Amino acid sequence: MSAISFQSVSKTYPSPRGPKGSTFLALDRVSLEIEEGEFFGLLGPNGAGKTTMISILAGLTRANSGQVSVLGHDVQVDFAQARRCLGVVPQELVFDPFFNVREALRFQSGYFGIKHNDAWIDELLSSLGLADKADANMRALSGGMKRRVLVAQALVHKPPVIVLDEPTAGVDVELRQTLWQFIAKLNKQGHTVLLTTHYLEEAEALCGRIAMLKSGRVVALDSTSALLKSASSNLLRFKIDSELPKALADKARVTGRIVQFPAHDALEVEQYLTAVREAGLVARDVEIRKADLEDVFLGVMNKNSGSADMEAGQFSDRSPPGKLAPSGGSAVGEATSGEAIS
Amino acid sequence: MSGWQTLLYKEILRFWKVAFQTVAGPVLTAMLYLLIFGQALESHVKVYDRISYTAFLVPGLAMMSLLQNAFANSSSSLIMSKVMGNLVFLLLTPLSTINWFVAYVGAAVIRGLVVSLGVFAVSALFTELSFVAPLWIIAFAVMGATLMGALGLIAGLWAEKFDQLAAFQNFVVMPMTFLSGVFYSIHSLPPFWQTVSHLNPFFYMIDGFRYGFFGVSDVSPWLSLAVVATAMILVSTIALALLRAGYKIRG
Repeated sequence: MSAISFQSVSKTYPSPRGPKGSTFLALDRVSLEIEEGEFFGLLGPNGAGKTTMISILAGLTRANSGQVSVLGHDVQVDFAQARRCLGVVPQELVFDPFFNVREALRFQSGYFGIKHNDAWIDELLSSLGLADKADANMRALSGGMKRRVLVAQALVHKPPVIVLDEPTAGVDVELRQTLWQFIAKLNKQGHTVLLTTHYLEEAEALCGRIAMLKSGRVVALDSTSALLKSASSNLLRFKIDSELPKALADKARVTGRIVQFPAHDALEVEQYLTAVREAGLVARDVEIRKADLEDVFLGVMNKNSGSADMEAGQFSDRSPPGKLAPSGGSAVGEATSGEAIS
Repeated sequence: MSGWQTLLYKEILRFWKVAFQTVAGPVLTAMLYLLIFGQALESHVKVYDRISYTAFLVPGLAMMSLLQNAFANSSSSLIMSKVMGNLVFLLLTPLSTINWFVAYVGAAVIRGLVVSLGVFAVSALFTELSFVAPLWIIAFAVMGATLMGALGLIAGLWAEKFDQLAAFQNFVVMPMTFLSGVFYSIHSLPPFWQTVSHLNPFFYMIDGFRYGFFGVSDVSPWLSLAVVATAMILVSTIALALLRAGYKIRG
C-alpha cells in the first residue's frame, strides 16, 4: 500500500487577476505514489502546485477531481483516519499567542484524543533543541524557534507519514542541521517523509526520490541518482566582464557575470574557451564542476517551458542577475509568499 | 480528555486568561447601565406593579450581557485564529463538524453564563433579586447563549477582517439587543413599534428570561420558548452546515 497516493488529481482556483468567473488550474491530473518509508522530494518553482498538493493531502482544501489517500485512507471520505496518519508542518510561521510551548503541544495532542503525552512531548522538545523553551510564550520565540515548535506540533501524534512544506525557508544553518538530523532519524525508523523545498542541495542530500512539478503537472519523477545521471555531464563555469555574443549566449546559462556551458569532454571545453577568446573576452575563475540537482532542475523546467506561464521566465537561462544563486546553487529563487493559495 | 473536550477547554482558557477584558469588563458595563438608568428612571418608570424599575432592569441587563458575550466569544476566537493563521492546527486534526460546534458554542455558552452570573452577583448589592421560576431562567439562558454562540460561529466563519465582524456586531447584534425590551416593557411603545418588537427574536429571549424572575411577562413564556427554540435550531443548523462545507476555512 502507498503511504501517499494521488490519482489524477485536478484543482482549479478562481483566478485572482483574470475576468470574473475565470479560473486558474493549479493542478492538472496529477498522479503520484509514494511508498512507505520513502524520503520523497517535491520540487518546483513558486506557483507550480506544491502547496496545493499538500493542502489537498492535509484536507485544507478539496480537489475538484481525482482521489488522494494516506495509507489507504481517503482524505475526504475517511478524513479522521487519514489525518491521524499525517503530520504536516505548514509553510507559514503560525502560532497561538495565548499559550506557551508546552501548552500548545498538549492541546495539539488533545485534539487527536491523546492523553498524558508528556513523555513524547519532552522527547520532541529535546530532539528539536526546545527543552529550555517549554515554558516560554509562543510570542516570545524567535522565528527559528517558532519553526521548531511547528515541527513538534506536527509530530505530537506520532504520525507515520510526515509532510514538510518548505520547512527551511528563511531559517538559520543550525536549525537546518538539527531539523534534518531529526527528520532523517525518523525516516530511518520507518516514517515516510514528503518534503517540498527551494533548496535543491537539501533535496539532493536527503531525498531518495524526487518529483518535479511545473504549472500543476509532474514533469519529472525518478530516483535522485537517476535524475543526476540524466543531467548531461560536467559544466564549464567562468566569469566574464562584458556580454557574450548571442551565438554563444544561446548555448550557455548566464547569471550576471557567471557563465556556464554543458561540456562532455576536454575538446568541448577547449572549443568554448577558444570561442570566448576570439570574441575578445577574458574568461576568469575557470572551473569544471559536476552537474548537480539544480542543473537537472533547470534542464527539466526549460524543456517544459512550452506553456507560456509567468513562472517559467524566472528559471530560464536568461535570468537577470540575482534571480539565480551563483554556482553550486544553494537557492533557486528566494522563498516568497507568492505560492499558490495555501 | 477527548478531542472535542480539549478544544472546549482551550476555548474556555482562551477567554479566561483575559478574564479582565472578557468577563469583568462586560459586568462593569452592565453595572454602569444599572446605576445610571436605575438612578435616573427609578421614580419615573413603572413597568409592572410591585416591581421597582431597578429590579426590572437587572434580568434584562444580565440577558443582554449574556447574549453579547456568547456572540463575542465564538466570533472573535474564530476570526483571530483565521487572521493569525493558527486555525490550521485545528484543520489538520480529525475533529468532526459536531466536535467543532460543541466546543466553540459550548465555550460561548459558558462565557455568557459566567458574565450574567457576575451581573447578578454585583446587582445583588444594589437591589433585591427574586427568582420565581428558576427552570425558565436556566432554559432561556442556555438557549439564548447557544443561539448567540452559533450566530457568532457563523459570523466568525463569514468575516475575513475584524472590521466586518465589528460591523455585524454594531449593526445587527447591538440594535437587536437594545431594541428588545431590556430597558422597557414593549407595552409602553406605540403600536407600530410593538409590532416591530414582536419580530425581533431577542425580545422573546429577554421577555421569557424575565418571566422566570417575576412570573409576569409581555407575552406567554411558552410562546417565547417556541420562538427562541426555533431560532436556536435554525441558526445551529446553518452553523453546522457551514462547518461541514468548510465555508471559507477549507478552500
